[in-house]
Amino acid sequence: MSTNLVLVAVVGVLFAAGVYLLLERSLTRVLVGVILIGNGVNALFLVASGPAGRAPIVGLNDVDDMSDPLPQAMVLTAIVITLGVTAFLLAMAYRAGQLNGNDDVQDDVEDASIRRRAERDEVSSSYDDSAGGTMDEEGADEPSVLQPVVQPGPDGEPAPVGPEGEQR
Amino acid sequence: MMLAVIAAHFVAAALAPALVAWLRRPALLLLAAVPAAGFGWAVAMTGRVHDGDPVEQRIRWVDELGLELSFRLTTLTWVMTLLVTGVGALVLAYCAAYFRRDDGGLARFAGLLTAFAGAMLGLVLADDLLVLYVFWELTTVLSYLLIGHNPERKANRRAALQALMVTTFGGLAMLVGVIVIGQTAGTYRISEVQANPPSGDAVTVAVVLVLVGAVSKSALVPFHFWLPGAMAAPTPVSAYLHAAAMVKAGVYLVALLAPAFAGLMPWRPLLLTLGVLTMLLGGLRALRQTDLKLLLAYGTVSQLGFLIVLVGAGTRSAALAGVAMLVAHALFKASLFLVVGLIDRATGTRDLRELSGLGRRLPVLLVTSVLAAASMAAIPPLAGFVAKETAYAAVVDIAETGDGTGVGAFAGWALVAGLAAGSALTAAYSIRFVWGAFATKPGVEPLEASDCRFPSVGFVAAPVVLAAAGLVLGFLGPAETTLLEPYADLFPEGVHEPELALWHGVNTALLLSIASVLVGIALFRWRDGVDRVEGVLAPPTDAESAYRAIMRGVDRLAVEVTGTTQRGSLPSYLAVIFLVVVAVPGGVLVAGQLWGGDGVSVRAWDSVGQAVVGAITIVAAVLAVRSRRRLKAVVLAGGTGYGMAMLFILHGAPDLALTQVLVETVTLVVFVLVLRQLPTYFSDRPLTSSRWWRLGLGAAVGVVMAGLALAASGARTADPVSEGFAEPAVSYGGGHNIVNVTLVDIRAWDTMGEISVLVVAATGVASLIFLITSRDGRWRPDDAIASAPPRHGHRPHRNLWLRAGRTVAPEDRSILFEVVTRLAFHVIIVFSVYLLFVGHNAPGGGFAGGLVAGLALMVRYLAGGRHELDEAAPVDAGLVLGIGLFVATGTGLVPLLFGGDVLQSAVVDFELPLVGHVHFVTSLFFDVGVYLVVVGLMLDVLRSLGGGIDEQSDDEDSDTAEPAETESSIETAEGVR
Repeated sequence: MSTNLVLVAVVGVLFAAGVYLLLERSLTRVLVGVILIGNGVNALFLVASGPAGRAPIVGLNDVDDMSDPLPQAMVLTAIVITLGVTAFLLAMAYRAGQLNGNDDVQDDVEDASIRRRAERDEVSSSYDDSAGGTMDEEGADEPSVLQPVVQPGPDGEPAPVGPEGEQR
Repeated sequence: MMLAVIAAHFVAAALAPALVAWLRRPALLLLAAVPAAGFGWAVAMTGRVHDGDPVEQRIRWVDELGLELSFRLTTLTWVMTLLVTGVGALVLAYCAAYFRRDDGGLARFAGLLTAFAGAMLGLVLADDLLVLYVFWELTTVLSYLLIGHNPERKANRRAALQALMVTTFGGLAMLVGVIVIGQTAGTYRISEVQANPPSGDAVTVAVVLVLVGAVSKSALVPFHFWLPGAMAAPTPVSAYLHAAAMVKAGVYLVALLAPAFAGLMPWRPLLLTLGVLTMLLGGLRALRQTDLKLLLAYGTVSQLGFLIVLVGAGTRSAALAGVAMLVAHALFKASLFLVVGLIDRATGTRDLRELSGLGRRLPVLLVTSVLAAASMAAIPPLAGFVAKETAYAAVVDIAETGDGTGVGAFAGWALVAGLAAGSALTAAYSIRFVWGAFATKPGVEPLEASDCRFPSVGFVAAPVVLAAAGLVLGFLGPAETTLLEPYADLFPEGVHEPELALWHGVNTALLLSIASVLVGIALFRWRDGVDRVEGVLAPPTDAESAYRAIMRGVDRLAVEVTGTTQRGSLPSYLAVIFLVVVAVPGGVLVAGQLWGGDGVSVRAWDSVGQAVVGAITIVAAVLAVRSRRRLKAVVLAGGTGYGMAMLFILHGAPDLALTQVLVETVTLVVFVLVLRQLPTYFSDRPLTSSRWWRLGLGAAVGVVMAGLALAASGARTADPVSEGFAEPAVSYGGGHNIVNVTLVDIRAWDTMGEISVLVVAATGVASLIFLITSRDGRWRPDDAIASAPPRHGHRPHRNLWLRAGRTVAPEDRSILFEVVTRLAFHVIIVFSVYLLFVGHNAPGGGFAGGLVAGLALMVRYLAGGRHELDEAAPVDAGLVLGIGLFVATGTGLVPLLFGGDVLQSAVVDFELPLVGHVHFVTSLFFDVGVYLVVVGLMLDVLRSLGGGIDEQSDDEDSDTAEPAETESSIETAEGVR
């Protein structure tokens, strides 16, 4: 069976453009990338679903002339799901814009702090092997043990910041 | 019966919190009745067990794994059952007096301790290695929770975690061993493994792994350090878990497997060496403790080493001595722990440097302690003495003749010497305990009667009963021998037939007993000198610091691995995925695996129109990438979508084209709704090398996908499965549109999954927008319309084209748009319903219909604002989504009632008066569900991304005047500070 080159070219270009945009920082561009890749996948279905034909409606067209209906059902599903994903990503972009003023995907702060710890050969923040405190089945630790004084590190590691961004 | 007894514990544990809330502390007495009943049951079984008629119960559980709930009561398990239930009942009763009235954690504690008793009972009764393992880990977890009874203290939390880590590590090693043994033996049933032990190198390794579990659970060197840490638990817990029951699990396991595996090479060297080392190390540490509870904890470590030596030696005498010692130790150690709890409650301290003259104040406790400690120090006529006599006799046999163990004379005598030295240390710390707790010490103020609260009779009962049992058992040596004999008989006959008795005549064993007690007295007498020597000899490092180093190492490794692999950058994660796409499928493509070898025949295009549309689509995609404006990029992406719709038409897929056009339109409008809140241009990014890199990766993926398209098309050689769809679509599905019948009938499961995804996406959108504001009442626009500010120069109209039009600012209103909307809305809705109904036979269906209805709502929103949307659809979007999903699911399930398959459809033809012949397919209801879900999604998206954003930006506008003031007031406040 021969392959339709125009559709193959459409597949290639849509994927290339989509991947390029997906690797961007702006969520809007990422979203446009997702849409382009979604269209590319649908075009891939077209290429793979055989030759063009008439609409697969019994009675209207002869069965032998019809295009393959099964890939069409799959693509229909894909189109509508893309709509759902688009709406969700858009809501994320809006939320990011509301919080940061732009919709750029930032590097994860927590991951960056873990990387800094790895570079400095430190243990994780939850690890605590200090031998402080006394065991007893009753009572609590002295307040000074419960709330260790946090001091900024020598290289200026930021002081802990609350979820709303205010300094504790 | 056995399962019922175990289950009763767990039921009681589940009820415990409610009972405690109702009865307070006396509830514990009620809970104690459960293990007490278990004790009574075990006593009733005495005759049967002794007659060699084990009680068995087997219930099939997981056949595929060969897993069954099987329980078996033999001599060894009977002894353990008596200890676990007896001590358990006494400790629970003791707790009723021990805890303070206002202890907030009592409800939790009562449940955990009762559950622990059940888990421990299950552990000893299990006759299946896997069931045993499950109960084993259950005791570990419950022990962790009980040690952490008071989580307020950091040291407690650390101790609990340490106990959990060490014992779970051992437990996992044991699981591997258990599986190897079970697979090699072909059965996990313990009784069968005992009868026909498997052999081979794998089994040897497996047995060592199981021993690692036993050794860690019983706190032997090098895992001993978790047990003193476990003293963070309330004292009754220490008495039960960390003296009588849980730490004995390791001893029990060794005793259980010794008849089968004691002959394996590493068994004796490993257990005897570790046992003696532990006995000595624990004894030495115990001598230096000033906290009575810690003294007992190290004493327990020492005794556990002793017990492992005895049950691990694998001779008949040692086995009998081991089980006798197991019983004696449970009695005296639990009693002593409970005494410590009493002292703690009576005086408020457990420090022997502060206690003085207590013996005169609490003589009952003194007598109890003397009895228990004498049993521990092996002084006649107590149970500890009887057991130790037999133990000495057993190891002397090993030293003299080997007694069938193959242990050489030198090693044998070293073993005897080690145990004797350990016994001397035991005697010394036993004296230290009684002296430390009760003696009047020079230089320490003796306790006045007022400093000391006298415990109630019920409080004292448990330790007194346990100590008295140790005394009585001392005289019952011959009877005990008879009862325990069936277990000892599992081992080959030894040099002497062992017997438990107070008097065996003057022999090596007696001399060793006397010598070790005398040395013990001497060690206590010159304790200061011993202390100094020990201080000098103390090793600079210990197992606990090794444990900490390992934990630190694991943590560091985790930080390094996470820091290396988890870069926290979305583009780099995606790049990795795409690189794999290029490398693996692309690699296969290049290797020529995907096309048959004779090349692919190609044609340029099907029609010139296709070529033109394809070219336009390509140009739109490239321009979308180059665009710096958000809106431009989005419109161009929409262009590719419309291009796809054209390609669908040309391909002969009208359903796809219709849906694609609708989706593309919806997407564009929704994009515009959101983009008004985002900057016009994308943020400037410097032209870096990474851009070329991204370009390269994108091009590579594009080439690979184009290649895959070629390959996929070339691979289309077989007849498509859908060739057979046409006929059944009409006859079974009752529709002529094959695509639609495929969606709602042939592949309805796919559609089911899809609409579920839509519901999730809609929920996600709403949750992102309505973070703070609730959606309640949002669809009741009357108030908003009534309170809309009157515009100057505009008289309120009675007849409006759109009711909520007044809520829109006049400069944003378009009367023409409102008029068109008013006229077109209902027409569009009717059209959407039409699409839904004809979908089965012509292009259309639930998706297209729902999208058209959504577009109608969108027009209302655009013309009249969010209140107009509420006016048009005064329902919660979630309700529409839910009803849609309900209708679709219901349609899928109804055929089950008529004996059909899920999602099967039926064709109904009937005559209706006036309407005439009705041809009706039940899968239409499924499509109605799809329709509703799509409408719900649209409504949700419009409310969130349209109305929700409107409202938030309105709020921001009205807030702009105030923040300046707030900020300055903050500055003032900071200035003052």
